[in-house]
Amino acid sequence: MLAFLLRRSFTMVLTAICLTFIVFVLTNLAPNLEKVAKSEAGSRITDVEVASWLEKNGYAQPILIRYGEWLGVWPGWTRTDDQGRVTGRCIEQGADPAAAPRRCGVLQGDWGHSTVFKEDVSSIVSTRLWQTAKLMLWVMIVMVPSALLIGVVAGMKEGSRLDRPLSTISILTTATPEYVSGVVFIGIFASSAVGLKWFNGSATSAMDDMTFVNFTLPVMTVALYGMGYIARMTRASMTEVMTAQYIRTARLKGVSFSNIVIRHALRNALIAPFTVIMLQFPWLLNGVVIVESLFNYKGFGWTLVQAAGNNDIELLLGVSVVSVVVVLTTQLISDIGYVFLNPRIRIS
Amino acid sequence: MEQLTWTGSLGTFLNPALAVAAAAFAVMAVLQVVLSLVVPAARGSTSRGLPGLAGLAVRVLFGLLVALCLAYLVGGVVMPYGKAGIVGAISKRFLPVWIALIVVFALSITFKRRLGLYGKLFDSNIGMIGFGLVMFWVFTGLFVALFGWIATHDPLAQISGLKNKLPGVPVPGAPENGLWPHYLLGGDNLARDVFSRMVHGSWEVIQIAPLATLFAFMVGITLGVPAGYYGKRLDTVLSFLANLILAFPVILLFYLLVTPEIVLTGIPSYMAAVLFIFPLVFFGVLLNSRYRTDPARRNILLALVLGAMGWVYLSLISQPGTVFAFMPAWLDLFDIPGGILVVFVSVVFVNAPTVFRIVRSLSLELATRDYVAAAQTRGETGWYIMLWEMLPNARGPLIVDFCLRIGYTTILLGTLGFFGLGLPPESPDWGSTINAGRKLLSIYPHPALPPALALLSLVLGLNLLADGLREESLKD
Repeated sequence: MLAFLLRRSFTMVLTAICLTFIVFVLTNLAPNLEKVAKSEAGSRITDVEVASWLEKNGYAQPILIRYGEWLGVWPGWTRTDDQGRVTGRCIEQGADPAAAPRRCGVLQGDWGHSTVFKEDVSSIVSTRLWQTAKLMLWVMIVMVPSALLIGVVAGMKEGSRLDRPLSTISILTTATPEYVSGVVFIGIFASSAVGLKWFNGSATSAMDDMTFVNFTLPVMTVALYGMGYIARMTRASMTEVMTAQYIRTARLKGVSFSNIVIRHALRNALIAPFTVIMLQFPWLLNGVVIVESLFNYKGFGWTLVQAAGNNDIELLLGVSVVSVVVVLTTQLISDIGYVFLNPRIRIS
Repeated sequence: MEQLTWTGSLGTFLNPALAVAAAAFAVMAVLQVVLSLVVPAARGSTSRGLPGLAGLAVRVLFGLLVALCLAYLVGGVVMPYGKAGIVGAISKRFLPVWIALIVVFALSITFKRRLGLYGKLFDSNIGMIGFGLVMFWVFTGLFVALFGWIATHDPLAQISGLKNKLPGVPVPGAPENGLWPHYLLGGDNLARDVFSRMVHGSWEVIQIAPLATLFAFMVGITLGVPAGYYGKRLDTVLSFLANLILAFPVILLFYLLVTPEIVLTGIPSYMAAVLFIFPLVFFGVLLNSRYRTDPARRNILLALVLGAMGWVYLSLISQPGTVFAFMPAWLDLFDIPGGILVVFVSVVFVNAPTVFRIVRSLSLELATRDYVAAAQTRGETGWYIMLWEMLPNARGPLIVDFCLRIGYTTILLGTLGFFGLGLPPESPDWGSTINAGRKLLSIYPHPALPPALALLSLVLGLNLLADGLREESLKD
């Protein structure tokens, strides 16, 4: 088990390094940097001035060194100009160069500065992430129990009167991406022209003051897409368990049907959905970006869109690091949980 | 011309009938479920007693509902224009699609015993409904793009005074200018016809989604089968790469790949050059491993196939204005608009690792079969075993996944459009239209709803089709 954990963690760290490097390269391509130079030093500067601005601000070094600086394993650049003033990556404006740390990067907790929000990336990411965590929490509370219930009820008697409609509903929800269900929900429940006007079409107010009226639609929209998938997996797992030998034995012994389902089948049937739910996190992240843009809820996904749309390199990097870490951690948890839940699996 | 109502004169007696039937159906359906929980069903006697009666009533009412809905459509086709309202007028515009669907279904059901897996699809209701939905949009897309049928207006034309107008609005001065007299589903925020944009959007999807999925399958199969068959180092490296791409949040990847800055650096063109070479590799290896023992035949075949595909490949990647602009115009078969190529490449790139994982796990299992061992003792080459012995046996799950994946690709295309990435903003594809309509969604929902429902129905159709295929392929 320990060897397995170590191997998995090693792969995870390697993956994280590769992914952040790819994002780093893609966000630091020449046209992006040129845009940064022009937005910082004036949009009408010449190519020569762009080059000298990049040189002065440490953007002209080899990409691997810059990645090392950003990560915090390579000493930050320093530069002494004609008047003898020392500037550098880790030296704050007006601070004493001698007192500045040698390395400053993600590992040291210095995530850089956002050009759009004029704030530190780490504070933006942490506040936005908290907003999204609230959304995700409610999504999970709605999605997981209802999906498991639908799956178990549909799967306990394959082809029964309840199975058909429930299976159809789960297929329908997997065919409805967030931007479709969100639009339909707003049209039905929030539209001031023809709709029922039960809920708000915007969730901006939900960031400080979460109510049933302004938070229902975003939660429903994210939950719906994932629900069908989990329900189908649960149903498949449940039908498989219900045809197993030990269930037949229990029936022949005269155990009542509800007892069989709850005491004997459920535990084994929920192993597969557990991994599925954990692996849903990357997809939920996707849904969160769509829903936060659609309902104007200023969370993590909304920040991603803002950062990417406005060429905010350091914020985009920070957002990518967080999302990559979230995805990889959930994968690890799903692997470990699978081993724990399923005693038949032995890790060699 | 006056404003059209939704159902016109048909509605006077059909609307109340539909409402009553729908209410009765809902009540009976709930009742049936409750009864099935309360009354313990005796073994093998589900058609008798109270639950049996309820079941019969549900079935009859459902039939009635379907018949009423059909009446709206048929009424619209038969009655003169405008009398059957918006629904009728739309049904009339879709007449070529109805005819094509009826022909396809009649022919397929007649000859279903001779059509293999495709024929078996017509034994399952779910599969038939899914197939019908998919073919509806396929025919719509084809007829719109090839013959200019169905659409009533130019999807890009703006008519002043029709901005955000409700469905059924008359077009001012339409008969004099030779225009269609109504905006059937209203106008959008730039005064364009919502209905025409929706039907034009189907062509955008049908153009890109199946082809992109096919390319993703080519990449996934060419890399996945060897990874599963040989295993070891090759498998470790390829799986690591696939997991690397899969750990990327899709939207972040799109934002990184489909921005104008990245297009400037030519990265999408390089990716296109790499990804599009996989079909060539696949077919080259496929033919070579089969006809290896007959060099004369093999050489002719390979020269023909690879020559033709190579030409298409070179014209595909050679675009004026990108890093690859090497082909003279007289040799270049076609040019793909830059935006579509980027979208295409990124969709293939996102889908390929998932296909790789599926193919890899399938071939891991197939590699342990006896016929593989037999072929190995016969002294067949690795590629022959992989492509001619193992791959045909993996076709069932792959076909099912292909249908599902087209649906997923459709969703991805919509996502790209929704964030305004890649395709030009005036493009009528469904994602862009939803994006354009969402800003005024709570006041004018009608421009965003038709493309949303269209996308939903197509993806639903593909999912149902995949379900039907899975059910039927499991039967034997």
